[in-house]
Amino acid sequence: MDLTDRAEHGAFRGEVRQFLDQNKHLAPDVSSFTLRMRPRKLSEDVRDWQGLLVDRGLTSRTIPKAYGGFGAEPDILKSRIIADEFFAADTVQGLRNMSISMLVPTMLEHGTEAQKQRYIEPSIRSQLVWCQGYSEPNAGSDLASLQTAATEDGDDFIINGQKIWTSGAHVADMMFCLVRTEPDAPKHEGISYIVFPMDTPGIEVRPLMNMTGAPAFNEVFFTDVRVPQANVVGQRGQGWQVANSTLKHERGLLGDANRSLDSLLRVGKLLQNESLDGRPLIENPLFRDRYIRLQARTQAMRLHEMRLISDSVKGKPRSLGDMVVKLLGCELNHQLDGLGVDILGEIGVLYDESSMLRDGGAWQANFMFDLGLIIGGGTAQIQKNIISERGLGMPREPKVAEPKVAGA
Amino acid sequence: MDFGLSEEQELIRDSFQGSLSRISELDTVRQTAEAGAPMDESIWAELCALGMAGLMIAEEFGGAGLGLLEAAVVAEELGRRVTPVPFVASAVMAPLAIRLGGSEEQCREWLPAMADGSVRVGVAVSETAAGARENAGVTAENGVLSGRALFVLDGAGANGYVVADTSGGLHLVRADAAGLDNVALKTIDRTRAVCELNFENTPADPLRHGEDVLQTVIDAGRVVLAADSLGAGEEMLRQAVDYAAERKQFGRVIASFQAVKHMCAEMAAELQPCRGLIWHAAYVMAQEPEALSLAAAFAKSHTDEVGRFVARTATEVHGGMGFTDLMGLHYWFKRLGVNRAYLGSPERVRAEAARLQGFAA
Repeated sequence: MDLTDRAEHGAFRGEVRQFLDQNKHLAPDVSSFTLRMRPRKLSEDVRDWQGLLVDRGLTSRTIPKAYGGFGAEPDILKSRIIADEFFAADTVQGLRNMSISMLVPTMLEHGTEAQKQRYIEPSIRSQLVWCQGYSEPNAGSDLASLQTAATEDGDDFIINGQKIWTSGAHVADMMFCLVRTEPDAPKHEGISYIVFPMDTPGIEVRPLMNMTGAPAFNEVFFTDVRVPQANVVGQRGQGWQVANSTLKHERGLLGDANRSLDSLLRVGKLLQNESLDGRPLIENPLFRDRYIRLQARTQAMRLHEMRLISDSVKGKPRSLGDMVVKLLGCELNHQLDGLGVDILGEIGVLYDESSMLRDGGAWQANFMFDLGLIIGGGTAQIQKNIISERGLGMPREPKVAEPKVAGA
Repeated sequence: MDFGLSEEQELIRDSFQGSLSRISELDTVRQTAEAGAPMDESIWAELCALGMAGLMIAEEFGGAGLGLLEAAVVAEELGRRVTPVPFVASAVMAPLAIRLGGSEEQCREWLPAMADGSVRVGVAVSETAAGARENAGVTAENGVLSGRALFVLDGAGANGYVVADTSGGLHLVRADAAGLDNVALKTIDRTRAVCELNFENTPADPLRHGEDVLQTVIDAGRVVLAADSLGAGEEMLRQAVDYAAERKQFGRVIASFQAVKHMCAEMAAELQPCRGLIWHAAYVMAQEPEALSLAAAFAKSHTDEVGRFVARTATEVHGGMGFTDLMGLHYWFKRLGVNRAYLGSPERVRAEAARLQGFAA
């Protein structure tokens, strides 16, 4: 155990701090805490900031120079230092969305040279925004049963079918999508991972209002959508493996401990600033106990993440410890939101417009949104299957025979 | 940054794990527990040969001079095997109290014999750490102690005691001191011995800096109890997973039912992050001592909650067998139960954490 920086990392921390001192004023004034309320197209200042961070190696650090990145050696500790320093300076970090955290790593791992050249740089600079076409009405947790069909027509595929829960499809430029190209193959082997622009003829996006009242996700309908076969990423029919490498990135994205710490600090401020019957709520021992409980949990997740980072630096394989992060992190965030809502009491049920609204209504919005994240990206129950099967070596649930239809 | 054990620390873990898997089997634990003995003499002797008793005692006094992190590593293994030997008080808290709070002479008098395991010292701080019950409390006046101390850790069969008085001072008391009465307390956990001490003008040797070190001694004890609980909890999970893989119902092993798998997954998920809290608290004791109390409070209170969840859930996975004496799972259940209560319940420890951060008067 040595939680101090080695010389190289101490110097790096100094550089990051200096960058923040000099450039912090250029950072857009957005916080993921309130941003969730209104998903919208990225504004110019967000793109500029993202571009500056890419240029200075403060985000997408390890993307090779050939694809417009900074080309740094992977150094998970430096990434951690960047995250911590931006967090401490209360400055918005490099974007971590589906384009950057899911599409780009998948492209790097599976894309052709031409695909990498074309897509990676605009994606990390947020000039190209992606959405993920995975789930379908009848393919949720059982994603591999997806039915959206891509049939060959010369050098193209013709895509027909429907996706659902497609976050950001209404603002995205491109989609990475799972389609069935080999209808006769076993269900995991007939899938291809394909990318195409959202303005391709035949795509209809219908925003689906979520429970927070924001149109954050969508239904997407495909009617004879023509996409070149060259847009397949990885081998045709290997889309399941390609998608799984993407899901791995998503699960890391959904369990970030700094996100929990941000919520915890906000809850702490709320507890100190709000009062009931003229007394600050921090004096209420019940709320205080709930707060300290979640504080310990948040600290546990932060330290757990540090342990996993160290293990990864030492080249240890992914372990049980990695598998629990999405489950625990999303649950913790939801509990933190719930405590915020409870601290506010009746004030906390105000929504949309009121002079008494706190943080623009973000507490209720996050309480709902974070429940969505418990379900999205592999439900909590799917996470528990992964933990018990891959982590603890327990057997899969046996397949149940289809019930016989009476009279058949 | 390196958040993990060094090679030496991994060696310590492996050597204790290896020895304990051999010498601290459930049958042995059961014999000691059923005999009502304060500890298992042969296990104690073997572990002392590995350096357990002197782990945290400086080399100049015959110990290994290691830190709280090494102690936490050992405690995790002791918890895993519900090993019936004194550790938290006699190998961690008492040596710390004497070394940090005592004089050179007191160190020379007590520590070498403690390091080789020939002298064992219990610690009476329950009234400070967990709060006074039954109007217990010890007062010090003119070099003698009066009153009553409850739940003295590693107290039964000890040769001496470190005793906290009601104003936070610490005192060394010999087991054969005049006016001292020792009553063993029978708890649910028969793998470690606690007692009650009654003082009536009992001569005592004050530790000069006792008041300054009392909190550190309690913090260290909390970290070690949390580590013991982590080891015990992991072992209960292991047994639950193994049992589920054997037990068949409805024509299949119960490990294939999601209801059972999800219970095990939840236990695994809750246990995993505890280690970070424990190692961190153990690490800061030497590196950032001002952060120890809060870190220890988080480690203790959080692991206590996880421990309770795992204790009941692992028992439930075993079905009716989990409830039997035959299965022996209850030794872990009970060990987790007392670890939760000793040195401050989660509620009390969280209240301390709030005070430490200026949240409460």
